[in-house]
Amino acid sequence: MLRFSTTKVVLMLAVTVFVCLLAVPNLMAPDTRNALREAIPGWVPSWLVPTQAVVLGLDLQGGSHVLLEVDSNDLVRSQVATLRDDVRRILRETRVAPQGGIVAMPRGVQLRFASEADRDKVLPRLRELSQPIGNAILGQTGERNIDITTNGDTVQLTLSQAGIDERVRRAVDQAIEVLRRRVDALGTTEPNIQRQGADRILVQVPGLQDPQRLKEILGRTAKLQFRFVADAGANPSDVEMMPSRDSGGQMMPVERRVIVEGEDLTDAQPAFDQRTGEPIVNFRFNVRGAQRFGQATSENVGRPLAIVLDNEVISAPRILQPITGGSGQISGNFTVEQANNLAILLRAGALPAKLTIVEERTVGPGLGQDSIEAGKMAAIVGTVLVAVFLIASYGIFGLIADLAVLINVIMIIGLLSALGATLTLPGIAGIVLTVGMAVDSNVLIYERIREEKRAGRSVISALDAGFSRALSTIIDSNITTLIAGVVLFLLGSGPVRGFAVTLSIGIVTTVFTAFTLTRLMTALWFRTVRPTTIPL
Amino acid sequence: MRLLRLVPDDTKFGFMQYRRVSFPLSAILSILTVVLFFTVGMNFGIDFRGGTLIELQAKSGEADLAAIRAKAGSLGFGDVEVQTFGGPDQVLMRFGLQGDSEQAQQSLVSAARGAFETDYDFRRIEVVGPRVSGELVQSGTLGVVVAVIGVLIYLWFRFEWQFAVGAVIATLHDLVLTIGFFALTQIEFNMTSIAAILTIVGYSLNDTVVVYDRIREMMRKYKRLSIADMIDVAINSTLSRTVMTSVTTFLALLALAIYGGTVIESFSYAMIFGVVIGTYSSIFIAAPVLIYLGAQMGSESEAGEKAQAAAQRSAP
Repeated sequence: MLRFSTTKVVLMLAVTVFVCLLAVPNLMAPDTRNALREAIPGWVPSWLVPTQAVVLGLDLQGGSHVLLEVDSNDLVRSQVATLRDDVRRILRETRVAPQGGIVAMPRGVQLRFASEADRDKVLPRLRELSQPIGNAILGQTGERNIDITTNGDTVQLTLSQAGIDERVRRAVDQAIEVLRRRVDALGTTEPNIQRQGADRILVQVPGLQDPQRLKEILGRTAKLQFRFVADAGANPSDVEMMPSRDSGGQMMPVERRVIVEGEDLTDAQPAFDQRTGEPIVNFRFNVRGAQRFGQATSENVGRPLAIVLDNEVISAPRILQPITGGSGQISGNFTVEQANNLAILLRAGALPAKLTIVEERTVGPGLGQDSIEAGKMAAIVGTVLVAVFLIASYGIFGLIADLAVLINVIMIIGLLSALGATLTLPGIAGIVLTVGMAVDSNVLIYERIREEKRAGRSVISALDAGFSRALSTIIDSNITTLIAGVVLFLLGSGPVRGFAVTLSIGIVTTVFTAFTLTRLMTALWFRTVRPTTIPL
Repeated sequence: MRLLRLVPDDTKFGFMQYRRVSFPLSAILSILTVVLFFTVGMNFGIDFRGGTLIELQAKSGEADLAAIRAKAGSLGFGDVEVQTFGGPDQVLMRFGLQGDSEQAQQSLVSAARGAFETDYDFRRIEVVGPRVSGELVQSGTLGVVVAVIGVLIYLWFRFEWQFAVGAVIATLHDLVLTIGFFALTQIEFNMTSIAAILTIVGYSLNDTVVVYDRIREMMRKYKRLSIADMIDVAINSTLSRTVMTSVTTFLALLALAIYGGTVIESFSYAMIFGVVIGTYSSIFIAAPVLIYLGAQMGSESEAGEKAQAAAQRSAP
């Protein structure tokens, strides 16, 4: 066990040195790291020059972690509404009236026809509503978004589960895009926005000063609509009652017909009203929006136009003259921040569905800094305690073990940096724990050497036997811990995951150092000192 | 230089005779845990119970607990726990779940911000809704179960089945007693506690495997010894290592508990308990269980053993 071929030694040292070098960028200032990254000539592969530092978790650098969930009930409701509108249109076009009208069901509608002839007249048109699910790239799944069942003269149209799932999936994709634009507009560094599970989106924003504002920006659907306030004589089925912000939540009758929607906006900027000095939002329409808005305002001069945001009337100014320039302004007793937020929301676009915050974890910068200090302190004190104890117990071998542990920790940091893993407070705990447990492999080896020595073996044969016999034990005991670590990584989330990462990496480096560095250093000691007894 | 020696050479403790004490003792402790779990219960954190946790730091001077309690209570979000956390200027508030509505949780945060923003910094806000907390319970439990099964399978491959079963019994023992520790001390049980439990499982198994490894080796060498004597020899010869490793791990954890900050304090205490209980269970539960499971050099596995022994001889 103590003889090494030169190739092996070179290889071991090369791996060790390389992994340790990966930790070096952590000592540099961020600017130096960037400068280094820039300075690498093109012909050098980027992985050869380490430029990445450990990413600190939100619990260490402060920031917000917000988990949002797409409200699938909301999506189903709006899809049922669309289905109902489509069915109504078909019935009108085919001039068939079902008995009892269109009957609402939890996930669809039901029609009862007076005769099978009536039914057969409508059925082919209804079947057109049911579309296959899938797309051009991935091919068809064979499932359809709407199930149509007939029973005598009754026809049921139901949203299929596959169709709803597909709709939720698309909504999450769209929402991620919208959220990304919104968070970017806040001007934060390196936000992380990703899908989680079927219907959730995880937003992580480090180092945020105002987490409350982040949530306001994330949570709003921001569906903007321009609709006319209904006249007294309007048909009740064309009118919807909505709370009005202007008059403190009083209900206001608004026409169901939408003139222009938020998707036709090309720009929105916060500004101040030139006359009143009140914060407002200036907006501009695209060509289609400008045309419709121009036409509607020309035909309805004098009528109040409701500006509706997420089913609430923000304000309902009277149209004084046709607005044909394609731009306008929204006022509504805003504060400066509200106007700013609204402009961001309008520029980023509306969410395809309502999002609910199901989990939030915000850490202020103060606590993060305290945690870093505490973690550092614990790591230093823990390492020193263990190091002193090892030297007291094993003398020169203890020193070898200490060196191995130190290199071990540097390698963990190096691998964490290179893998882009996140270091959390529990992750630091994992490192400290590894320091305690990494020693185990050295202890196993030394105790075995001691035993072999007592059994009357010569120096070299005791060392040899000590290493080789401890090998299988070290592997077995570390693999069991590794299994626990990997499971923790797969099932855990956030900080716990950070712990699992450092624990697992720590186990790998521990086994590596025990079988290369400790052995190498022992062999080196043996060759230079040529001992007659083992000082253990 | 005289080296520190915690365990003298060639100890000959008769560990196995204590199984008549350790088994009933562990059984009683386990039963007590179950009783404690169902009567007193665990102090579940918001990860599993859902709710809102807010950590405040006074902008100047010390935190006024009574005033905070009164103000938080008057916000109208039900009972609130208020306690100091770390220093005298730091306070932790815990609110329960606000019904099934995710929206109400958020209004709570806004209300709290309004009430305390002028005098306190918000160091930490955690809001876990009812759905997420339910899922965290599931994935936490699943994690522990999957880890134990994974280890069982690995040990089954490496050892005979008796060892795998013995290791799992010892692991479950540690798991139950650690839960008892949480129930007894009322230390908050959260996601980090699950990490602690899984690490305890890993540590305890690590310890158990080292002892088992030696028992297996002894079984090959001393075929005429009784199984109990053999296990005693194995434990005695690994005793020095067991103590050394426990001490180094303990030292590292002690540093974490004292200096690691309030957030991971409970994690460190649970781990320290785990190191003690894990060491105890490898010696007094995992090993003697083998006697009852009838571990021996079975003829069916002899061929495999020989092959393994041969492989070990030829190892470098």
